[in-house]
Amino acid sequence: MEPLIAIVIGAIYASAIYMMLRRSIVKLVIGLILISNAANLLIFTTAGLTRGSPPLIPMDGSALPEVVADPLPQALVLTAIVIAFGVLSFSVVLIRRATEIMQVDDMDQMKENAK
Amino acid sequence: MLIAVLAGFVLAMFAPVLTRWLGHRVGWVMALYPAAVMIWLAGQVPQVMQGGGLYFEQAWAPSLGLSLSFWLDGLSLMFGLLISGIGTLILLYASGYMKGDPRVGRFYAIMLCFMSSMLGVVMADGLMSLFVFWELTSITSYLLIGFDHEDEKARKSALQGLLVTFSGGLALMSGLIMLNLVTGSWSLREIIGGEVSLRDNALYLPILLCLLGGAFTKSAQFPFHFWLPNAMAAPTPVSAFLHSATMVKAGIYLMARISPEFSGTSAWTLILCVFGAVTMLTGAFLALRFSGIKKVLAYSTIMALGTLTMLLGIGSEAALIAFVAFLFAHSLYKGALFMVAGSLDHETGTKDIDAMGGLFRKMPVTALSALVAALSLGGIIPLFGFVAKELLFEAVLATSQLTTFLLAMTLVSSILVVAAAGIVALRPFFGALKETPKTPHEAPVTMLAGPFILAGLSLILGFLPPLVGQPILAPAARAVMGGELTMSLYLWHGINTALIMSMVSLLLGLVICWQWRRVRGLIARLNPLLDRGPESGYWRLMDGLVRFSEWQTRVLQNGHMRNYLLMTLTVFVGLTGYALLVRHSLSLNLALDMRIHEIVVAAVTAASAVAACLMRSRLAAVAASGVMGFGIALLFLLFSAPDLAITQLLIETLTVILLILVLFRMPRFADLSTAGERIRDAIVALLTGALMSLLVLTMYDVNLFPSISEYMVDNSVDLAHGHNIVNVILVDFRALDTLGEIFVLALAATGVFAMLKLQTREKKAR
Repeated sequence: MEPLIAIVIGAIYASAIYMMLRRSIVKLVIGLILISNAANLLIFTTAGLTRGSPPLIPMDGSALPEVVADPLPQALVLTAIVIAFGVLSFSVVLIRRATEIMQVDDMDQMKENAK
Repeated sequence: MLIAVLAGFVLAMFAPVLTRWLGHRVGWVMALYPAAVMIWLAGQVPQVMQGGGLYFEQAWAPSLGLSLSFWLDGLSLMFGLLISGIGTLILLYASGYMKGDPRVGRFYAIMLCFMSSMLGVVMADGLMSLFVFWELTSITSYLLIGFDHEDEKARKSALQGLLVTFSGGLALMSGLIMLNLVTGSWSLREIIGGEVSLRDNALYLPILLCLLGGAFTKSAQFPFHFWLPNAMAAPTPVSAFLHSATMVKAGIYLMARISPEFSGTSAWTLILCVFGAVTMLTGAFLALRFSGIKKVLAYSTIMALGTLTMLLGIGSEAALIAFVAFLFAHSLYKGALFMVAGSLDHETGTKDIDAMGGLFRKMPVTALSALVAALSLGGIIPLFGFVAKELLFEAVLATSQLTTFLLAMTLVSSILVVAAAGIVALRPFFGALKETPKTPHEAPVTMLAGPFILAGLSLILGFLPPLVGQPILAPAARAVMGGELTMSLYLWHGINTALIMSMVSLLLGLVICWQWRRVRGLIARLNPLLDRGPESGYWRLMDGLVRFSEWQTRVLQNGHMRNYLLMTLTVFVGLTGYALLVRHSLSLNLALDMRIHEIVVAAVTAASAVAACLMRSRLAAVAASGVMGFGIALLFLLFSAPDLAITQLLIETLTVILLILVLFRMPRFADLSTAGERIRDAIVALLTGALMSLLVLTMYDVNLFPSISEYMVDNSVDLAHGHNIVNVILVDFRALDTLGEIFVLALAATGVFAMLKLQTREKKAR
């Protein structure tokens, strides 16, 4: 399954970078969402993929199954998802404010106008 | 020994404080340091005469085999005595010269640092210690040249000196490292006395060239000579000390130091003789071109440095004896003359020789010192300079290679130097008294002592050369030779070719001095040619550097984010991709145990990501990115991460709502880029994506460290009483990370809130 996920990660990265290279600032926002998701998926797969064996310890005290998903990348990704949302909401509001003041969507024109 | 070298740095720290208490008289206290060093060194003379020496070692970085080690032999001793002796007089002199200057404290601090560094250079045994002290002299020299930092010319000159000597310093460092590679030792003493013969080594020439690069730039050899006259922007005590008696001789010292191991090959002889001779003539010739007294002296210093290099290049026993004698004589008279120049400047307010005249009556002691020192400079009997000059002529006459060339160069240079000596010593003091910006009167005692003592030494040693010959000069010459030699110095050599050459140069030199103004007029006609010398090359290089940096800033730092991104990604793809393909054997382990529902979810996720950037409407793009987010949530769920799936679902929902709320108040999507730009961006994006895929695939092959999560799995219940290991990690094992995350979120929320508040307030204001 890992090769397929690797291709999915590559596809999301490619889309994200393409959007981030646009001049339109609204497209940059979409690029941001995509790239943070790509990074999350990347970290998640680093420890390998495990089917149907979440890192939960049974309450009845019985032993864990032989193979269990690595909990550490999951914890890291959980943090990352939340922080990505924080960054995204801040940048969305910032960009909204910028377009409102500059009255343009084009980053090149913003730079020109700022001069 | 360590104390002798490092005490100056310590004392320098206190110099500003002491200055506040003592005023300009602080010079007397400061001079105690070099005086003490000189006395200590003088105490070592008997031991060094016997062929012994001192050695000191202190471990520095033992793992690298580096140690801070010092070594005192004949050569170091001679240099050390000159540095500390002249240093004492200069510091006393400076207390008079700098009187009333508010920057006295800073001046002494840098001066002492320099003195210590210079002692470090000549006594260092470790190659790296040598390099460190070498660069320290460059830095302190930079600070001293630019002492008048409000003067643009001084700043430029300081920078020029620094850049030239530092570029040489880099060459020196590579030379020293190669030397270590070849010999396997960091110690100069071991290398010079060592078994490994460098002359037959394949790296001999590269090492020699690198070391000479350092020495030539430091000692202002042609074509790097131009920084030295410009360095005269420094206060005169500095010029007298650094740029005539000591620092510029560091390069000479280095050449003399490596001479036993390197000399005798045709490369050594050819390079040193030719560059030395050319420098000698250039210096002597250009000395007549200027009327500023310090410039004349600076160029005559260049001439002396060239002579010393040439003598090392000849390398015969006679040449090395001449080398040490000439070096000693030069330090004495040049120090004296520079101090005289400073006194003249100080008392008359001008540096221009043309503006001075008839000062003998006003400043008799200064004039006398100047006369004696200048006689020594001109090499006139009975001064010590004469002894040195006779030895020089004899050494050149006895050469076997390049004899005619060297002889002609030496003769012409000595004629010109006699003229320069005459200009400096006769013109300001004799003839009609001229109006000067300040009313001239005799300099204070502190400023008389230095030149008087040094000039006096030139005179005494002229009559009694053995006074320094056996105890100081002979051990030094032996150290340069790397073997035994017999040395007998005496004033009168009888009437021989050397004496006749001296006489000829004296006569012709005086004629030139008498007709100086006309000669200068003639030289001025050559100005267009002279202005195209190596210095203009330096300025062109500097201009080019500035233009280049302007150009590359314009290209690289142009303020367009996507250009930065493009460049970063291109470099990333290029370098990482290269390393991945070349260094790492790409073995794709395609474990194809897929299940149909997983393939569908993965395909939908990838497709919606691609769709998000192809959609032409904002709503569709946001919807597509939402689909991708839910797809990822499903993947999390399928692969044993229920917590992630829940979080992802929540956040994705929030994101879509936020975007729909905010984005629809923003402009519609527009196609701003050209088709070409879009294709270029698409290529970069695809390459990066492909590389990321490859990296992920490679990652499964490489397992550098075992997972650390075993500990957490094992201890989750015991230590944290939690059954959901992911939660335990977040709130317990890595609780501080989570706290940081909360801070980030709070910060983002505050920012969002503040910006929204700002908007509503503005609307109200409207």
